[in-house]
Amino acid sequence: MSFIDIRDISKSYGEVPVIKNLSMSVEEHEVVCLIGPSGSGKSTLLRCINGLEAIDDGEIQVHGDRITGPGVDVDALRQDIGIVFQGYNLFPHMTVLENITLAPIRVLRQSRDEAKENAMALLKRVGLAHKAKEYPDRMSGGQQQRVAIVRAMAMDPMVLLLDEITSALDPELVSEVLNIVRDLASDGMTMLLATHEMGFAREVSTKVCFLCDGSVYEEGPPEQIFGDPSRDRTRAFLRSIREAKRI
Amino acid sequence: MSNATRHSAHLIKPAGNGRRLRIGGMPRVPAALLILSIAVVCAVVAGSWYTIAAARASLAAELGGLWVDAAAALLAVLSVLVAWPLARAIRRCGSIRKAARRQDVSEARVARSSARDQCFIALGYALAQLIVIVACQFLLANNQTVAKTFFLAPLMIKTFPLVLAAFWTNIEIFLVAEVLVLVWGLAVALAMFAPGAGGRPLRFIATAYVDIFRAIPAVLVIYLVGFGIPLTGISFLKEISSTTFVIIALTLTVGAYVAEIYRAGILSIHWSQTAAARSLGLSHMQTLRFVIVPQGIRQIIPPLLNAFIALQKDTALVSVVGVIDSFNQSMLIASNYYNLSAVTTVALLFVVISIPQTRFVERMMQRDRRRMRAGA
Repeated sequence: MSFIDIRDISKSYGEVPVIKNLSMSVEEHEVVCLIGPSGSGKSTLLRCINGLEAIDDGEIQVHGDRITGPGVDVDALRQDIGIVFQGYNLFPHMTVLENITLAPIRVLRQSRDEAKENAMALLKRVGLAHKAKEYPDRMSGGQQQRVAIVRAMAMDPMVLLLDEITSALDPELVSEVLNIVRDLASDGMTMLLATHEMGFAREVSTKVCFLCDGSVYEEGPPEQIFGDPSRDRTRAFLRSIREAKRI
Repeated sequence: MSNATRHSAHLIKPAGNGRRLRIGGMPRVPAALLILSIAVVCAVVAGSWYTIAAARASLAAELGGLWVDAAAALLAVLSVLVAWPLARAIRRCGSIRKAARRQDVSEARVARSSARDQCFIALGYALAQLIVIVACQFLLANNQTVAKTFFLAPLMIKTFPLVLAAFWTNIEIFLVAEVLVLVWGLAVALAMFAPGAGGRPLRFIATAYVDIFRAIPAVLVIYLVGFGIPLTGISFLKEISSTTFVIIALTLTVGAYVAEIYRAGILSIHWSQTAAARSLGLSHMQTLRFVIVPQGIRQIIPPLLNAFIALQKDTALVSVVGVIDSFNQSMLIASNYYNLSAVTTVALLFVVISIPQTRFVERMMQRDRRRMRAGA
C-alpha cells in the first residue's frame, strides 16, 4: 500500500473531460513531478487531492483512508494536505504574519503566541523574518510565493502540493523559490509538484510523471524520463521543450 | 508564397522617398478659435454687467447705501477677469507671427499650443460664469420673488433654531438606522450565501426579501409600518413610539439595498481567495469571516456611503406618519408664513452633513490603499 494511492480517477468540467482514468501512487518522502502540456490535467489532479475539486469517478487514498467521495470531511482533510498556488493567493488585507497564523489559530486552535513563534521560525528559514509585518502587495512575486509556501507549511501538512509555483514569477526570482522546495525535499517532505521547470524537476524529483490528455502517459525516475523516454509523446514533448531552450 | 505574405510585402512602403511628417510646416494663428473666444467672453462680460446692475437696483431699494454700490462695482471688475486668459492668448498669437517671420518652427509651435490652451481656459471660465449668471437671473426674476420665496434671510434666521432642533430627530433616526442596517444587511447577505442543500430555503427567503423590499417605495414601507402596526393592537407593540417604527421601516428598506451591496462586495473577491482559505482548512463561515468579508467591505465602502446618504435623505419621509422631523417642522413654518425659506434651511442642513462624510470616506480609502499597496 502506497502513501497516496490514486485509483482510476476521472474528472470533467461539464462536457470536457480533464482527467481520464488516471492512476498513480506516491510513497512517503517522495518528490513527484508532474510534467506535461498545458491542459493535461496537472493542476486539476492536485486540486482533487486537496479536495478543492470533487472527482467524478475512482478514488484517492492516503494511508489507506479514502479521501474522496461522500462523507469525507474536506475541511479536516485540507489540514493535512497543503497546497501552494501559481498565483500565490495571499490574503491582501493581512500582513505576512497574519496570513501565516490565520489557519493555525482558527483551525488548529493554536495560541496566538505559539502560532507566531512557528511562523517566525519558518519565515526565518526562508529569509523573510524581516517582512513579517509587511503586506503582500508590497512584496516581490518571489517573496510572496515564499510566504505562500510558509503559510502552507505552518499547518504542518503530511503532503505538500505545489501547483506551478514559479510560473508567474520573473525569471530572476525563480531560484529563490526553488531553493526552498529543494530544502523541503532534503528534509523528507512528501511533495507533488506540477511544474514547467524541467531542469529543476530532473534535479529534485524521485519520480516524474508525464501527463497527457488527463492520464499518466509515462512515469519513471527522472534520469529515465529526461534521458531516455520510452514513448513517443513524451519524446515529442521533451523535444519541443528543448527547442524552446527551456531545459 | 502565400497570399498573406505577398500582401504584407506591399503593406510597408520603403522609408525615405521624400516622405515628410504630417506635423511639419510653419504653424499659423488659430484664428477661428481666437475669434470664438473673444465673442463668447464679450457676451459673458456684458451679461454679467447687466445682471449685476439689475441686482444692484433691486438690493439698493431694500438695503440702500454705499455698500451695495461698492459690492456691485467690485463684482463688475471681477467679472472682467475672465478676459485675462484671452489677453494672454492674443499676446501668444503675436509671438506666433514673430516666430514665423524668423522661420523658427519650434518657437511658433510652442506659442500656438500655448495660445490654444489660453483660448480654451477663457472659454471654460466664460461658460462657468454664464451658468452663474443664469442662476442669478432666475433668482432675480419676477422682481426677486424667486429669491424671496426660497431665501428670505430674516425668516431663515428667525426659524433656524426650530428647524435645527427638529433636525436632531432626523439625525437620531439615521444614526440608529445606519447601525441597524449595517448589521441587518450583512446578516441578509450572508443568508444569501448560506451553503449546501440545507441553506437553500434561507437563500430563497433572503433573496425574496431583498427583491420585495427593493421594489416597494420607502415612503410606502414607512407609511405601512408607522401607521399599520399600531393599528393591529398587538399589545407589546403598542408602547413603541412612531420614531421607532420609522427606524424599523427604514432599516427594512435600506437593509435590502445594503444586503445587495454586501453581496456584490463578496462576489467581487476573486474565487482564488476562497480556494486559498479553504485549502488551509478554514470552513465556509471562517472563510467568509476572515478572508472574504473583510476584503469585500473595503470594496463596498463607496456604495455603502451612497446608501447611507440616501438613507439620511429618506429620513425626511418620516413626516408622512406625523413624526416632527426637520422637514415636517419646516412645512409647518412654510404654511404659517407662506414662504419656503425654512425648507431651504433643511436642504442646506442636509448638504452640510453630507459633504464631510464623502470627503472623510475618500481620505480613509486613500489611507487604506497606501498601507496595502506597493509604491506608496
